[in-house]
Amino acid sequence: MLEFFSDYTIRTVTLGAALLGIVSGALGTYAVLRRQSLLGDAISHAALPGIAIAFLITGTKSSAILMLGAMIAGWIATLIVLAITKNTRVSYDSSLGTILSVFFGFGLVLLTLIQKLPNANQAGLSTFLFGQAAALVQEEVITMSIFGICALIPVALFWKEFSLLAFDPEFGKSLGLPMQWIDVLLTSLLVVAIVIGLQTVGVVLMSAMLVAPAVAARQWTDRLGVMLILSAFFGALSGISGTLISSSVTKLPTGPTIVLCVSFLVTVSLLLAPNRGIFWQYLASRKNAERLKLDTVLMDVYALAAQHTPMTHPHAESVLNVMNELSAKTAKSLSRLSELGLVEEASTGHWSLTERGQQYVEQLINDRFYLEE
Amino acid sequence: MHQAQLEIQFIAIIVAACCALPGVFLVLRKMAMMSDAISHAILPGIVLAFFATQDLNHPLLILAAATTGLLTVALVEGIRHTRLIAEDAAIGIVFPALFSLGVILIAQFAGDVHLDTDAVLLGELAFAPFDRFVIGGTDLGPRSLWIMTGILIANMIFIGLLYKELKIATFDAGLAASLGFTPVILHYCLMGMVSITAVGAFDAVGSILVVALMVGPAASAYLITDRLSHLIGLSVLIGILSALSGYWVAHLLDVSIAGSMASMVGVAFVCTLFLAPQRGILAVLYTQRVQKLFFASKMLTIHLANHEGTADEERESSVDHLEDHLTWSPAFANRVITFSTQKGYVHNEGNRLSLTERGRELANEAIVHD
Repeated sequence: MLEFFSDYTIRTVTLGAALLGIVSGALGTYAVLRRQSLLGDAISHAALPGIAIAFLITGTKSSAILMLGAMIAGWIATLIVLAITKNTRVSYDSSLGTILSVFFGFGLVLLTLIQKLPNANQAGLSTFLFGQAAALVQEEVITMSIFGICALIPVALFWKEFSLLAFDPEFGKSLGLPMQWIDVLLTSLLVVAIVIGLQTVGVVLMSAMLVAPAVAARQWTDRLGVMLILSAFFGALSGISGTLISSSVTKLPTGPTIVLCVSFLVTVSLLLAPNRGIFWQYLASRKNAERLKLDTVLMDVYALAAQHTPMTHPHAESVLNVMNELSAKTAKSLSRLSELGLVEEASTGHWSLTERGQQYVEQLINDRFYLEE
Repeated sequence: MHQAQLEIQFIAIIVAACCALPGVFLVLRKMAMMSDAISHAILPGIVLAFFATQDLNHPLLILAAATTGLLTVALVEGIRHTRLIAEDAAIGIVFPALFSLGVILIAQFAGDVHLDTDAVLLGELAFAPFDRFVIGGTDLGPRSLWIMTGILIANMIFIGLLYKELKIATFDAGLAASLGFTPVILHYCLMGMVSITAVGAFDAVGSILVVALMVGPAASAYLITDRLSHLIGLSVLIGILSALSGYWVAHLLDVSIAGSMASMVGVAFVCTLFLAPQRGILAVLYTQRVQKLFFASKMLTIHLANHEGTADEERESSVDHLEDHLTWSPAFANRVITFSTQKGYVHNEGNRLSLTERGRELANEAIVHD
């Protein structure tokens, strides 16, 4: 920890990663909810020619200008994808794949052109490709935060509009809101969020930073506001922990470590989030199965008992065993039922329904009848 | 032309054909992004197999990559089945995680051997001819040419044998299931094919450009034809043309071959987007224009028929009057009149319009049926 506060590089990188996590986590929320998870992947790849062209035009490696170029290219690519999907029979995923790879390929062509330029020091350009968090300097983090704040302010300003867009754009349209422009605005913010992260985690891993925190956050809540804040928090958390882990282990690249951290968060959320989590679902379904087993046996006891007066007349376990539809362990169910006080063993191997058991079954039958109505 | 140049072009042709085959089914099944996911996610498999064999061209690498590819698909499907995450988000989580694992493995254990992220992502076709396939001292050509030809033949056999099944499963999964062949198994077979193709091609063109060669040609061909067999043939053709032209552009400008191939895929896509018969943007615009003129021409005949033999026929059937009555601009009115006279609906004698027999029929029909 001491090292963290004293080491300039680690502090800068951690700040940058946290920032990236917050912005991409927050905007990724909308991407995930709107089923645009893979758009991030396309945008980050498509940004490459923008970076190259920005460098070719200005000749500088200033991160602000390169980011601007990346944004413009990413934005154009997104609009093309949406236009193709809307106006031709080519489906969304196909146009994403085509635009992503074509833009990226064109970017590669430009990069190799730049490499041939005399006295063109293009060393900084390839960090955009694979990300080089360790090389972040303070100036870049400042640029990132300016862009990041610019991307987050509209989310607060247009909160209602963006919520409408995510959940019910048709309703928004019927209210007379310009949903198409709101869509363009939100997509542009997404582009900004992605470009911020390119330098830190690189083209390929950027889509994870967009999708994963939001998916993790989705498991814990059903409310948009909570999800957005949680997602930003998860993004920041994985950014910080990824940077710290990679700085304390040798030869551990920062970007992939951050992505593994966020993937870990997703795994934990999928397994353990209350109600939705796979673990709780498993417990619930086991409980249901258990109850179904007991209910089946108890119903059998009732069915036999109903043919006798009094209904407490005992019946042989062997008969119940044959009747058991689930052919699960009848004996075990019977002893569990007697623990619950719903049946009792009148003599060895003979079971009778108790008063409570009778009430329970009748309630059950009523409920089922009610449900089927 | 050097022998190396010739060999590079051969490899390019085979790679393009090889990628186009599974690409058609990815595009039709709306799973194009799985090619992106798989081509990235196979990295840890390749790395582990490389550590085991220390040979980047070992057949085990292909096997490992195919296994990792199927693992990716299984993970995506597994996560999707929990219904906690939508499919696209599941893809977006799984492949970066696996790719990260691969990058970390490389950084940790292979710092100084010939295997880096750049090579996997970008590939370098220009180096392919240097790696020869030599048996008993005889040089049989570039090794990747042999590998890719093998994969191409495998793909062709797969599609040839399961053509009908793939067709039904692609267009009507429900029917396929009811006929008794499980779409799931076909799905995994197809994904296995994608994985094997991706690993074979990544060496030559890099993983991202595998996506270009898989999705781009098929998406372009999809704008042209409605028949599966034509779609496959056209995709292969477009892929090969893009690859070859890409090679020559790269050669002339001295730039990245793979990047230039992907750019040419883009050019091909844009060309079909504009020029495709029936579905191309130009064809659609032309059809709309003709339809608009035809509709206006119908209006004109109805207008003339309405006033035929009435007192104000003289006034109503003059060309100048159309501007007031049908609110047409003079220029548009002229175009409609030219169109109508060409089609033989209307006579135009010195600013006065009259219906022909065909025009009268058209007007009657329009009034009765439309």
